[in-house]
Amino acid sequence: MTQFLQQLINGLSLGSIYALIALGYTMVYGILKLINFAHGEVFMVGAYTGYYAAGSLGVATFEARHQSFPLYLALLVLIAAMAAAALLGVAIEFLAYRPVRSAPRLTPLITAIGVSLFLQNAGMLLFSPNPQRYPAILSEVRFEVFGVIVTNIKLTIFAVALCLMLGLHLFVQKTWTGRAMRALSFNIDAAKLMGIDTNRVIRSTFAIGSALAAAGGILFGLDQITINPLMGVLTGLKAFVAAVLGGIGSIPGAVVGGLLIGLAEQLTAGYLSPEYRDAITFVILILILLLKPEGLLGVVRVEKV
Amino acid sequence: MRAVIRIASAGAVLLVIYGLSFGVELGFTEYVQRIVLLAGINIILAVGLNLINGTTGQFSIGHAGFMAVGAYGAAFVGVKLAAPIHSVLGPGALANGVIFNLALLAGAFFAGISGLIVGMPSLRLRGDYLAVVTLGFGEIIRILFNNAAFLGSATGYFGDDPSGLPAYTTFFWVFAWVSAIVALIHNLTFSQTGRSLTAIREDEIAAEAMATPTTRLKVTAFAISAATAGIAGGLFAHMQAGVRPEDFRFEKSVDMIVMIIIGGLGSISGAIIGGIFVAASLELMRDLQQYRLVLYALLLVIIMIVRPQGLLGTGELYQLFRRGKPAKRGEGA
Amino acid sequence: MQILRRTLICGLCAAALSGAISCKKPAPDGGPTGSAAGSAEIVVGHYASMTGSTAHFGQDTDRGIRMAIEEANAKGGVLGKKLKLVTLDTRGDSAEAANAVSRLIDVEKVSAVLGEVASSLSLAGGRVAQRRKIPMISPTSTNPKVTEVGDYIFRVCFIDPFQGKVMATFARKNLNFSKVAILKDVKNDYSIGLAAAFQKAFTELGGTIAAEQSYSQGDTDFSAQVTAIRGTGAQALFVPGYYSEVGSIARTADRLGLKVPLLGGDGWDSPDLFKIGGDAINGSYFSDHFAPDVATDKAKAFVANFGAKYGQPPTGLGALGYEAALVLIDSIRRAGKDDPTAIRDAIAATKDFEGVTGKITIDAQRNAQKSAVVLKVEGGKAKFEASIAP
Repeated sequence: MTQFLQQLINGLSLGSIYALIALGYTMVYGILKLINFAHGEVFMVGAYTGYYAAGSLGVATFEARHQSFPLYLALLVLIAAMAAAALLGVAIEFLAYRPVRSAPRLTPLITAIGVSLFLQNAGMLLFSPNPQRYPAILSEVRFEVFGVIVTNIKLTIFAVALCLMLGLHLFVQKTWTGRAMRALSFNIDAAKLMGIDTNRVIRSTFAIGSALAAAGGILFGLDQITINPLMGVLTGLKAFVAAVLGGIGSIPGAVVGGLLIGLAEQLTAGYLSPEYRDAITFVILILILLLKPEGLLGVVRVEKV
Repeated sequence: MRAVIRIASAGAVLLVIYGLSFGVELGFTEYVQRIVLLAGINIILAVGLNLINGTTGQFSIGHAGFMAVGAYGAAFVGVKLAAPIHSVLGPGALANGVIFNLALLAGAFFAGISGLIVGMPSLRLRGDYLAVVTLGFGEIIRILFNNAAFLGSATGYFGDDPSGLPAYTTFFWVFAWVSAIVALIHNLTFSQTGRSLTAIREDEIAAEAMATPTTRLKVTAFAISAATAGIAGGLFAHMQAGVRPEDFRFEKSVDMIVMIIIGGLGSISGAIIGGIFVAASLELMRDLQQYRLVLYALLLVIIMIVRPQGLLGTGELYQLFRRGKPAKRGEGA
Repeated sequence: MQILRRTLICGLCAAALSGAISCKKPAPDGGPTGSAAGSAEIVVGHYASMTGSTAHFGQDTDRGIRMAIEEANAKGGVLGKKLKLVTLDTRGDSAEAANAVSRLIDVEKVSAVLGEVASSLSLAGGRVAQRRKIPMISPTSTNPKVTEVGDYIFRVCFIDPFQGKVMATFARKNLNFSKVAILKDVKNDYSIGLAAAFQKAFTELGGTIAAEQSYSQGDTDFSAQVTAIRGTGAQALFVPGYYSEVGSIARTADRLGLKVPLLGGDGWDSPDLFKIGGDAINGSYFSDHFAPDVATDKAKAFVANFGAKYGQPPTGLGALGYEAALVLIDSIRRAGKDDPTAIRDAIAATKDFEGVTGKITIDAQRNAQKSAVVLKVEGGKAKFEASIAP
């Protein structure tokens, strides 16, 4: 039983990170009907920005003296990473996606794949292909509850993910830009006719999605101990599946999807075989697209001729 | 009389192929020979993928999986058939040829079946979703091979001989299969079936309204495309010491996509050009090896932004030289 | 517009064709291989994964080889000629590996080849080298099949069956463990081979394997596997993988309360092991080629020079790359001429060669007979614990 609970906790924390990344996918797809393959790489860049930011703020000296990194500096690192990722996301949108926005569906898809590959390999050149140990922005403290080991990092993941998701929900429901985002995802042409500056809203969508992914990146690094330039490939794909599972275009769907994928992966690895942990995500994708393509929380869209 | 002409021209083609392969083997170093072989394999991959991605407009980005099925299938069958056929036909080129082609056909068969299995559920989906599902299937196939103990798991399948799989792949067979497949796909594309496929690409709902059996055609085209990838896989396997799951990662599917994009989605001659280009450029860009993958990806993005129809669009190479006559299909200005 | 486009396309095709044809060499057949006796340099090739997901392995090995070549050249070269090293990237792909060796032989005209790190890539490249009769030395491929390809293929490292036996013996006899769990990397034939060898030897010595779990190279999350092993009562965890994952595994085990020593092989050898593993990796043991603290003078000099030249200490791969190059250079010297067959014979005759990773003798199966050392990780450093001869 303790093993099951342990796998559960691990699965939920991983799932929260997937949820943060999935939010970016779902928001962009909702508006542009485009799978932003490069989102996984934005996640990676966010993690690396955190790595370098923490380094330049002297995290190594704190580690050497066995002191914990001050909270205000940790927040600074988080903000720096989120800002950098937001900039990157907006840049990608402006340089690569906007020129092909009106092209047939295949073109932006291939462009997205190209951007993703470019960032992966540029990352390998710039950041070195070796895995790097993630700095202790948060010092690790362990608790044992009923034989299940929980670290403060896992609790932080839950807390941060929850806060960010709530923040996003409020943003989308209460603010003007949020409402504009929802309008665009319903019908982009009508929104344009209503006088909404679609380019600005799309830019904001990319920025917010990327910032969330960066937060996920830092949390991922803290939890998974190492980062490497290819970390965004599989994780990004799984987060995308999570978005589809929950219902692409639906924000609560992305959260639910993320948690479910994280759980499925962890339980498969623990009880079936670790070799199939990646395959299970794809199996879930195929099943959901065959059985309920609009996702668990999604809305069926009728195709009119 | 028609039959005589047909047989004679087939014979002539075979002679040309034999002559070409003889010439290449004499005239080029082994290093260049390998590139030519890889270019041939690429052509088969590109032309096959073009049938489903270009002509039918259904985007598959997991074709490396079918190549893997073909490679493993051909390797396995080839190894198992070697003893029985050698005992009947003796050692030597005839027996090798028989074994090799039977193995290739077996590989193509397995690949075609997996194409059916993947295609039947997936082709109900459209656009982006289809792409991701095919990607998923491609990865699942690779993971399955990675865990198949009787096929060597991650180390790969090297047959029973310590020096690896027999090197059946020669120029003659590669040129022969390239010719056969290009002819097959060309005839298919310009037949009535091919026109129906193009109709599906242009407007699927309208095609359906015109009583075209869209799902059946899509799945059939997908299976054929998978089978050709399987042939390419079988040819590839017998150039290597063994078959590894790592050789069929997503990167391979991306290579295939680049091939058909460069030439132009929907153009057979474009696919051929793309296939040759990718094989040659990987080697010609070797001096930039550190930046090779980065430049490759950048090239993909730039092509999409600047000239998404690639070199030839949906037209064919020979249409460029037709003066006065209007182009058969849109040349993609 | 039409004419312009047509011309452009024709021009591109012509350019591509001429590019392809320009690769044609005047030689009528496969071409004579190896440098002509009158050329001023001896060309040596190295094929490795310099890009792709295993890029750091290839780059490490290359640094070791490069250093050996440069040191030899500084002393005047070999047979009165300078050595030239050409390194080609395999991108971790077996087709590329074969291409790279083919290009080294046909275009660069090498007399010998070094490579690769991964056994499956060595198999791919080895086949080409064997067919063209160019000697090949693999620095680090441990799968027994590699040297079975043919009599031109050698290696300077021990093979998996031996290394597995080393750790199994150490675990059973020195540490008195009777129940050990295995956590192997299934994407990595080195790890699979070593795990199998360990299991065989350990059970033959009367021990039992408590559990066998697996992961894939590149994974970052090991909590599922560690959790599963936690309840089995294993006294130690054998992790025959690469340092990049082993460090994380140690930390995960520590975090989840699995407080047993880890055991491993030479894939652990890297300063990153301590960087990633931190305190969690202390008290673990692994087999390796040489111990930095009881190293011979030659080894100490190597470590110091490597650090000075590249700004980072050498990993085991760097040391083995250096070793392979040294053996090759020595063999060229003993062969007396820049001829691939003569070099091949000289490599096969290598006996008690004093390298940086111990005394090497190439046996009849073209594998290296050398002792292994077991190192203990303490205080962020690896220290000599025991030495085990074949």
